[in-house]
Amino acid sequence: MAIVEIKNMDLFYGAFQAIKKVNMSIEANRITSMIGPSGCGKSTLLRCLNRMNDNIEGIKITGKIDIDGIDILRSDEEFDVDALRRKVGMVFQRPNPFPLTVFENVAFGLRIHKLAKSSELSGLVEESLKAVMLWEDLKDRLGNNALNLSLEQRQRLCVARLIAVKPDIILLDEPCSALDPIATAKIEELMLELKKKYTIVIVTHNMQQAARVSDDTGFMLLGELVEFGKTSQIFTAPKEKKTEDYVTGRFG
Amino acid sequence: MFSRKVTDSIIEKLIFASGIAAILLVSLIFFFLLREGLGFFSEYSIKDFITGHFWYPTSKPAAFGILSLIMGSLFVTLGAAVIAVPVGVMAAFYISEVAPVSVRDVLKSGIELLAAIPSVVIGFIGMVTLVPLVRVMFDIPTGLSAFSGSLMLAFMAMPTIVSISEDAIRSVPWTYKEAALSLGATKWQTMYRIVLPAAAPGILAAVMLGIGRVIGETMAVMMITGNAAAIPESIFDPVRTMTATIAAEMGETVKGSMHYKGLFAIGLVLFVITFIINFIADTFLNRVKK
Ligand SMILES: Nc1ncnc2c1ncn2[C@@H]1O[C@H](COP(=O)(O)OP(=O)(O)OP(=O)(O)O)[C@@H](O)[C@H]1O
Ligand SMILES: [Mg+2]
Repeated sequence: MAIVEIKNMDLFYGAFQAIKKVNMSIEANRITSMIGPSGCGKSTLLRCLNRMNDNIEGIKITGKIDIDGIDILRSDEEFDVDALRRKVGMVFQRPNPFPLTVFENVAFGLRIHKLAKSSELSGLVEESLKAVMLWEDLKDRLGNNALNLSLEQRQRLCVARLIAVKPDIILLDEPCSALDPIATAKIEELMLELKKKYTIVIVTHNMQQAARVSDDTGFMLLGELVEFGKTSQIFTAPKEKKTEDYVTGRFG
Repeated sequence: MFSRKVTDSIIEKLIFASGIAAILLVSLIFFFLLREGLGFFSEYSIKDFITGHFWYPTSKPAAFGILSLIMGSLFVTLGAAVIAVPVGVMAAFYISEVAPVSVRDVLKSGIELLAAIPSVVIGFIGMVTLVPLVRVMFDIPTGLSAFSGSLMLAFMAMPTIVSISEDAIRSVPWTYKEAALSLGATKWQTMYRIVLPAAAPGILAAVMLGIGRVIGETMAVMMITGNAAAIPESIFDPVRTMTATIAAEMGETVKGSMHYKGLFAIGLVLFVITFIINFIADTFLNRVKK
């Protein structure tokens, strides 16, 4: 069953249309990747799913996005955007842990959503750090400032901070672009592990990465979703000429 | 017509000379302060000076205890800090995080305007409006009290605290806020749990600079604190500060007398206190820049 259903969505930054009539459904417990050349609207689309575009001036969105059958784009007052973001979390391109300790980074979401009594807090922090395979490395350094970690560790910490609040969907916007190949491979491993429990949508510039980790792939061009299907199909037997040109590197 | 090279070198020399002059002047001030102040301590013990309760510079025998003056400065300054810090920091948050752009611009120029009001003017306005108000509101014999002084000084520290805190808050990277919001934090939780700690060193520096400004303030406190050199028991008692003492008495002393030197010694104490406060503020500001 589709957990995210995007119907006829258009998005305008002022007069500029960044998303054009996109229709797409994302299945639960799968990894969906979005590929396409720079500026085609991947990040814009991703950020719609947890309403992170809300603060941009002059933005206008039409169409529908249903998550778990609820229309998240409606602007009526009683719709709780903070609750949506708890359910649909995001990991950014540049690892951006808070300038707090490792422990406080992971505990942040638990605290703000009051998900744990203080006695349960350290257990839950440990659980989240274990899930991203940071626990062994950091268990003696929980009180250190998170900004002193390596880039890869910081990005893992951002994932740990996110899964501590038990979201349903994890959005990743080029999560490996600041990392070296070895760290990238490790984060990819982590994604495959997380897929068992979460639905993952990843934006990537790296076509090999999309091919390696994702189950479904969408190819975007100039704001349009040109083709969407099983990853194996998109990369071996694309239906659209434009998709074929892009995945075989003959693009542009 | 001079050639451009000559003009250039003249301007260069002028700038150099004014730089040297500034340094020279400050060193001279410091030198006189030290000479007169330290001269005082060769004849009067430091301990009696700092801990003595009585400031009777003209009686025989004279007493030069400045504890009541230190307490006066402390009461007024602490009172000002208690009022100005929470209000100032909240105002800074409002300006940088909440206010719409148009309101923000108006407020910022308003605050800069506040900083430009001469302290005599603030003191005078305080004397004619605040002092009677405080007397009636708290039902005390005179409104000339530490409390009135604190209110006035809070008003004077506010522009410094607000504008420097606002800079600190605004320089917290957007990525931190974005991360907090994407975890479902409300705007308020983001401010309180992420932005405030991240901006804390800058805010602390702002507070220190604000306090540094008011502790040296003279005119306004002289006009509205009542000038009674006695150790205050409550914030509603009249007090006298170190700065007010120097300003009020310097004109009446005989140059070179003990009284004269004693006032310099007070200046020295004040200098040490402000130096320490500015030093702490600087340390925090440098930490922010790193
Ligand atoms: N805040 C904004 N205001 C106006 N235009 C914007 C804004 N953000 C993005 N755009 C434009 O919308 C288009 C899509 O941008 P988006 O960031 O979604 O692309 P992208 O596919 O993620 O690109 P990249 O691969 O470089 O990250 C681009 O043309 C961009 O210039
Ligand atoms: Mg992008």
